[in-house]
Amino acid sequence: MILYELVSFELLRVVWWLLLGVLLIGFALTDGFDMGVGALLPFVAKTDIERRVVINTVGPVWEGNQVWFILGGGAIFAAWPPLYAVSFSGFYLAMFAILAALILRPVGFKYRSKRDGAAWRGGWDWALFVGGAVPALIFGVAVGNVLQGVPFHLTEDLLPMYDGTFYAKFLGLLNPFAILAGLVSFGMLLMHGAAWLTVKTEGAIAARARSIGTVMGLIAFLGFALAGIWLYLGIDGYAIVGPVVADGPSNPLYSDVAKGGSWLAAYVVRPWIAIAPVLGFLGMAMAIRGLRGHGEVSTLLWSKLGIFGVISTVGLTMFPFILPSSIDPRSSLTVWDASSSHLTLFVMLVVTVIFMPIILLYTAWVYKVLWGKVTETSVTENSDSVY
Amino acid sequence: MEFGVVELSRLQFAMTAMYHFLFVPLTLGLSVIVAIMETVYVMTNRPIWRQMTKFWGTLFGINFVLGVATGITMEFQFGMNWSYYSHYVGDIFGAPLAIEGLMAFFLEATFVGLFFFGWDKLSKVQHLIVAWLVAIGSNFSALWILIANGWMQNPVGAKFNPMTMRMEMTSFYDVLFNEVAQAKFVHTVSAGYVTAAVFVLGVSAWYMLKGRHCELARRSIAVAASFGLASALSVVVLGDESGYDTSLNQKMKLAAIEAMWETEPAPAPFTLFGIPDQEARETNYAIKIPWAMGLIGTRSLDTVIPGIEELVKRSEERIRSGLIAYDALMTIRADRGEVAPDVRGRFEEHSADLGYALLLKRYVEDPRTATEDQILQAANDTVPTVWPLFWAFRFMVALGFSFIAVMAYFFYLASFRKMQFPRWALYFGVAIIPTPWIAAELGWFVSEFGRQPWTVDGVLPTALSVSHLGIGDLVITLAGFVAFYTILFIIEMGLMVKYIRKGPYMDVAETKAWMARHEHRLRTHDGNVPVTMPAE
Repeated sequence: MILYELVSFELLRVVWWLLLGVLLIGFALTDGFDMGVGALLPFVAKTDIERRVVINTVGPVWEGNQVWFILGGGAIFAAWPPLYAVSFSGFYLAMFAILAALILRPVGFKYRSKRDGAAWRGGWDWALFVGGAVPALIFGVAVGNVLQGVPFHLTEDLLPMYDGTFYAKFLGLLNPFAILAGLVSFGMLLMHGAAWLTVKTEGAIAARARSIGTVMGLIAFLGFALAGIWLYLGIDGYAIVGPVVADGPSNPLYSDVAKGGSWLAAYVVRPWIAIAPVLGFLGMAMAIRGLRGHGEVSTLLWSKLGIFGVISTVGLTMFPFILPSSIDPRSSLTVWDASSSHLTLFVMLVVTVIFMPIILLYTAWVYKVLWGKVTETSVTENSDSVY
Repeated sequence: MEFGVVELSRLQFAMTAMYHFLFVPLTLGLSVIVAIMETVYVMTNRPIWRQMTKFWGTLFGINFVLGVATGITMEFQFGMNWSYYSHYVGDIFGAPLAIEGLMAFFLEATFVGLFFFGWDKLSKVQHLIVAWLVAIGSNFSALWILIANGWMQNPVGAKFNPMTMRMEMTSFYDVLFNEVAQAKFVHTVSAGYVTAAVFVLGVSAWYMLKGRHCELARRSIAVAASFGLASALSVVVLGDESGYDTSLNQKMKLAAIEAMWETEPAPAPFTLFGIPDQEARETNYAIKIPWAMGLIGTRSLDTVIPGIEELVKRSEERIRSGLIAYDALMTIRADRGEVAPDVRGRFEEHSADLGYALLLKRYVEDPRTATEDQILQAANDTVPTVWPLFWAFRFMVALGFSFIAVMAYFFYLASFRKMQFPRWALYFGVAIIPTPWIAAELGWFVSEFGRQPWTVDGVLPTALSVSHLGIGDLVITLAGFVAFYTILFIIEMGLMVKYIRKGPYMDVAETKAWMARHEHRLRTHDGNVPVTMPAE
């Protein structure tokens, strides 16, 4: 098949780097709010009926939203196999914690209201809290570690190896900068969840969501600013040494990488990328304003813009790096040396171009059908079909 | 067996995959059965079919959610526990997994919420379409997963690239239309349909024994038996197709399943019963059916099926050939591809056997330094442990044939005996509920244990595929999964039993209104009122 050579390898790699961003942002925008709602559950809703209202705001959609996460995993596997191989085994126990939390969530949604009894339901409420809060925190912690570089190296056979015992590495993940990054993502997704609740609920629940959401938005906003300053002052960046070969074979060991300098140098080389953090700050600020005022749909949209800005900032700041290695910079994975083959990237692009618009269309239709507030009456009246 | 990282990783994968497959087959089949029931409802407008749709839909939902939850583990554990595998074959293996998400899982998961929450928000036809989209999504999911798995059994459309030290795709078409994958897909999906049919039949039989919801139960049995009969036939036919494809590609797996140590003159006999002895390489107390194996495995009278002894010799040859490829690869790698054409030529000529040289990595760091003994040992390693395969396969096949008999019997009663079921048959129906799950798990066991010592047949040995992890990491996650999954399983079974006991939600007002509207027609039928009211 010669067809695939019509699109250059270099361009395909950039497109797949963009699509990786689309998937992560898609995940944060959709699954993000229902994880936020889960983490907010014990605090915005006090009685059983209130909690059922909150759960039913995401009841019909969390399953579809979660596919963004699954698809993210699949797409990384297909388009960036070395990233898939290195990151998930490197963050092994952290990944296990995320999996455990994400397994609890579906089960919690589905099973909670299938039995009466305070212990049963209370238990599942906490499971939903863990299922939302733990991933929200760990995703940020992971990003914080990626920015600092991860302690791995590749052998000549390209087998990923890690330094230190695993427990040391697991605790090593929880360094101050990474915890700050974790707080940003935690605050951001809870703010997003609160914004969703202002759209889907009313009365006491919405009021509590507004006040907690405001605090969470402030944490995310300030944390994001602080992380930028920290990145400027105290975190080493990475840079490719020598000529950049953008269409060479995907073997990270073929290029040299140096640690040192600052990630923020990217803003000197490509000043236009400053638009990303600006949108991040703007979106979060306006979402906070909306949460304090009366905005509903507009607040949710601003919150989405904020998340879009924050995640784009990380990607654009690091470009072309995807996963730098702190102990052996040469092993670092970049856009130019950690992708699938030319053919695979092309095939996957064709499939994505066909199916992504279809997915967006039917997802939009489902949200439209389910549009409207969830109230105590609507939950009680449809008790046999809702959660 | 010593439990190192490789064994623990295998144990964890086997456990999480087999656990996942407790829920998948029921999802595959029940989604279709529910959609069929809803179709009947939309076509006839009879409330009982709506009750059936909702009732079986509820059980579907309880099961579905654990399928989804345990599927999350599956999507990520290749990277977590099998990072060298992920690097080595991700260029091919990752694609079907990603396409599964794009094409199938998104569809299924987005609409399943609407299926449960959309009864009052959608028109009847819209809701029916939603039900079918869920069923189609589930089944397409299976297609892509089996294309990925089929490639592990029969790695077509790919080639090793010395520059990137991994397999890379050369033809997506070949990966997609891999005959092993296609046969496995239909076999697996049909097995899911049989599972759901036996489940619906068994639960309905229990209602009839209790004298509860008999109208619903009778109709459910009719649907389950006809659907189940077609599926049970398909499972066996496509299972045969799988066996035939195995004979083309995984000759060692086939020989191990048959405990065929020596090459028999064609057409080979089928060993119905026997006690395989791995050490002595013979099968004791064997009862053989002449010709049967040759006919099933090769569909001819004169094609020889090689026995294990001969295949070990072939493996040895391939190891030696693989060593030539490995040596050339080391030169190519050291010179970053700038090598003399003869080295490149030698590599191309022998690269198909490169995986066999990697079998030696269990014994030596550099396969080129392996001793003769180690080469013989590695050739012996290509024989999987025979007796579990031999027996698992026979149990699976026996169950497969019994499903045809059971479904045919119930189909006969439902179609020609006015749905009058004798009590012993109903008890039997309840008793066999667990059997399709046993057959399905045995099937996966035969397929994947029979693939050993490879993760990708002939390409990458299992021992090399794992991540660089400590025993401690694996012990933590393995213990975590066992504890976590056990608790979830108990909760799930508890809910299933609760909702089966509770029975369908009867909309009395709706049923009465419908009966009033159709009173005339109902009376003129044969004097009986076909829709009885719920007692409770």
